[in-house]
Amino acid sequence: MQTAKSSLSSFSSVTDQGYTLALADAVLSQAPDGVFVSLYLAAEASDFIRFNRAAVRQATHVTQAYVTLSLSQGQRSAQSTLTVGGDLASDVPVLLREMASLAGDLPLLPDDPYLLLPDVVVHTHREDTGALPTPAQVIDAVHTHAQGLDFVGFYAGGPVVRAYADTRGQRNWHRVENFSLDWCLYHSGDKAVKTSYAGTHWLDDAFAARVREAARQVHMLGVPPRSLPPGRYRTYFAPAAVAEMLGTLGWGGFSHKLQQTGTSPLMRLVQGEAPLHASIQLQENTGRSSAAAFTPNGFTRPDHVPLVTDGRHAGSLCSPRSAREFGVPPNGATAGEGPEALHLAPGHLPEGEVLKALGTGLYLSNLHYLNYSDRQTCRLTGMTRFACFWVEDGVLTAPLNVMRFDDDLLQLFGPRLLALTDRAELQPDTSTYGERQLGSITAPGALVDGFALTL
Amino acid sequence: MLDDLQARARQAAPRDVSYWAVRGVSERAQHLTVRQDVAQAPALVRDQGVMVTVIAGGMGYAATADSSVAGLKAAFERARALAQASAGKTVFDYTSLQMPQPQGRYDSVVEQDSAALSLPARIDLLRSISAATRVDERIVDWSASLWTVHTDQLYVTSEGARAEQHWQMLTPAIQATAQVGGVTQTRSSAGQYNGFCQQGGLEVLARARFHEDGPRVAREAIELALAPQCPSGEMDLVLMPDQMMLQIHESIGHPLELDRILGDERNYAGTSFVTLDMFGHYRYGSDLLNVSYDPGQPHEFAGFAFDDDGSAAQRQRIIERGVLQRPLGGAISQARSRALGFDLGGVATTRACAWNRAPIDRMSNLNVEPGDARFEDIIASVEHGVLMHTNCSWSIDDSRNKFQFGCEYGQVIRQGQLAEVVRNPNYRGISATFWRSLAMVGDASTFAVMGTPFCGKGEPSQVIRVGHAAPVCKFADVAVFGGAA
Repeated sequence: MQTAKSSLSSFSSVTDQGYTLALADAVLSQAPDGVFVSLYLAAEASDFIRFNRAAVRQATHVTQAYVTLSLSQGQRSAQSTLTVGGDLASDVPVLLREMASLAGDLPLLPDDPYLLLPDVVVHTHREDTGALPTPAQVIDAVHTHAQGLDFVGFYAGGPVVRAYADTRGQRNWHRVENFSLDWCLYHSGDKAVKTSYAGTHWLDDAFAARVREAARQVHMLGVPPRSLPPGRYRTYFAPAAVAEMLGTLGWGGFSHKLQQTGTSPLMRLVQGEAPLHASIQLQENTGRSSAAAFTPNGFTRPDHVPLVTDGRHAGSLCSPRSAREFGVPPNGATAGEGPEALHLAPGHLPEGEVLKALGTGLYLSNLHYLNYSDRQTCRLTGMTRFACFWVEDGVLTAPLNVMRFDDDLLQLFGPRLLALTDRAELQPDTSTYGERQLGSITAPGALVDGFALTL
Repeated sequence: MLDDLQARARQAAPRDVSYWAVRGVSERAQHLTVRQDVAQAPALVRDQGVMVTVIAGGMGYAATADSSVAGLKAAFERARALAQASAGKTVFDYTSLQMPQPQGRYDSVVEQDSAALSLPARIDLLRSISAATRVDERIVDWSASLWTVHTDQLYVTSEGARAEQHWQMLTPAIQATAQVGGVTQTRSSAGQYNGFCQQGGLEVLARARFHEDGPRVAREAIELALAPQCPSGEMDLVLMPDQMMLQIHESIGHPLELDRILGDERNYAGTSFVTLDMFGHYRYGSDLLNVSYDPGQPHEFAGFAFDDDGSAAQRQRIIERGVLQRPLGGAISQARSRALGFDLGGVATTRACAWNRAPIDRMSNLNVEPGDARFEDIIASVEHGVLMHTNCSWSIDDSRNKFQFGCEYGQVIRQGQLAEVVRNPNYRGISATFWRSLAMVGDASTFAVMGTPFCGKGEPSQVIRVGHAAPVCKFADVAVFGGAA
């Protein structure tokens, strides 16, 4: 087995703690009297390689670092996010000029009654060192192990940093070296098997084994596909499909502000009108994830926040702003009040008995492009995607052509939930909008009755 | 940062590569929000950096915020290493490319620079709009926001090309949520995801009717909370421009992106029901459908003179009298298609969302052209149907075919007359047949320039600005439905 060394990218100064501490000290020591100043750094040195038909389409290295400089005085605050290049001699003067500019803005701003700053100093430090492949190793591995396959995928790897410092002396450091290689093997048309290999230590043999396993599965897509008429079907959702639904719920569902203003899609759950199945235990589980243990504005995140307990509403994600507005304590949520480490507890259905328990119905590996068709009632629409099958008497018989669904999620995971599988799978957030993400969703598979296909 | 970038790039560039390009971007943005009459902290962004492209065996990209000569040298070295590591293992022989060599400049047309409005004046404006939006106690949440962006970009190459572009953009938005009798409904000025966004200065606010629009938004939120569910059934559907933009975007724009057709996006955003052999003859829509790529449409959000591979932007017909003519693909995708035996042409639309992302095929300004029907005549022609305003929900399959879209505000049309308001209006269809049901196209008086700052695609992911302008359109026999009872 081959273990790779860290890529050159991990030596970028913007992802080094020494640079961050020196930058913070140099800026915060010049803070204007009586002004609370904080710095939040989000940095990464990433290799991005996208593949199509097992060949390289684009290979990119990105070194980036953004500092959010926040100033508060009384109930007034202002903030600015700037790029820094990793050279203290040029970065510090830029931040000092911005700090002076923001300080000049403060008297021009009205009081913000909902401004809430952290009131306790909590230092944290986490550093996860990995053994990442060089880009050349990744390219060679795909070229070698996926040759002849219609392999389309994306590698992202390198260090990711989140850091916080403020004039009270708080210092938080979170640096993770990791990678993800997320790919599909296509059989033909839109029929594919989706697989991923993610972690902190790259092993060439482990990647090769996953490609071989996916290649074995893709043969199952060679059977002529079946088109289903709209209607209700007994359905098994694989963990990735459950994670898609939970991720959509995270789009405002758990937000304290949206629950208070009546616009959360989970209002019927919150108000007790539509409880979920008693087996549903859902929490924000930051303590067991790759997410940082602190927020960009210096609040500490609790290890976990219960959201649904025994099928009943148990809590919400509350930002400092909502906390002040609605008179409750904050619980580590960012301004958007979205989850970063949702965890749905497993049930009791053994994974190996899923097909038998399903009997006849749909086996859905992945869902796609979910959205609300009626937000107030938590009705979701979306598509099936990739390797989805028609199952008869516990046997996979044919791949399915893609189908649209439109259904009430509170019903699906309420009275129509039959079982959750006995193992919850971690689904890392592999999206890279603006920056690589550290979030994840952990979910088991779910067996339900009467899932509504519409088109 | 951009002033002497060309000289620093020349100093830093390696001599032993067949081609290089440097794209420097400097962007300043300010986002102000007043919610329930309380001003939130101003959020400023000052984002600048450089993307280096190298062809050396393969093609490599490297992005850095360190634009010093040393920083650029390091970026060139990384890009070259990636190019060399992928040599012989790429989807296309990049060394055979003849990259465009642009010369020129672009500036957004600005009548009144947004910098003329001071920070306190902006906050006062938003507070007055916010206050006017809470028309009565049934409005339980409300906000007004203003997002201003100034972007400067310089693109230079090893062959001496130089393209300088400067954009100024404004996105005003108002939102109101009403609760009546246990029903909650949200209405916005042009979409909860910013459908009214244009290039220009403070004059954009007048075009958006920003100063006076709050009460209208609030009244319509209350109307919706009092309204019945949208009826269900197959019926005529009239789409206003702030929903047409989404319909164009999802079921014409994305399926015609050439990189999707070539398979690049199949692991993430998806593929396309359109194939390389369809161009020139495939009937995409009815004879009434004319779609253009129009980088010069006044005020539209994604206007420019050159794309991010340096291709010069020119207006092109994408669909003409319903027949598919050319894809949305830039220089590299066009060359890849030719190598596969399909000389399709394309348009200058290879774009990156920022300095730290490599360019890919995107939509830019993609518009449905006006027809000749008056709005009154469109409504009068409908025996039984629904008119829909303002997208709030969108979903489509990974081949961009089976879609379902929802709008904020619906209005029944009965026997040629606009009738009652309905809530949760949704419709679904299939792209490959939907546009063939286009039955009437509004004239220029119904044409509106919309857009979105939030089009997502790509690995690594990119959110980019796109523009969509359209007239009011009528579609026949569409599956329409409402929310749960």
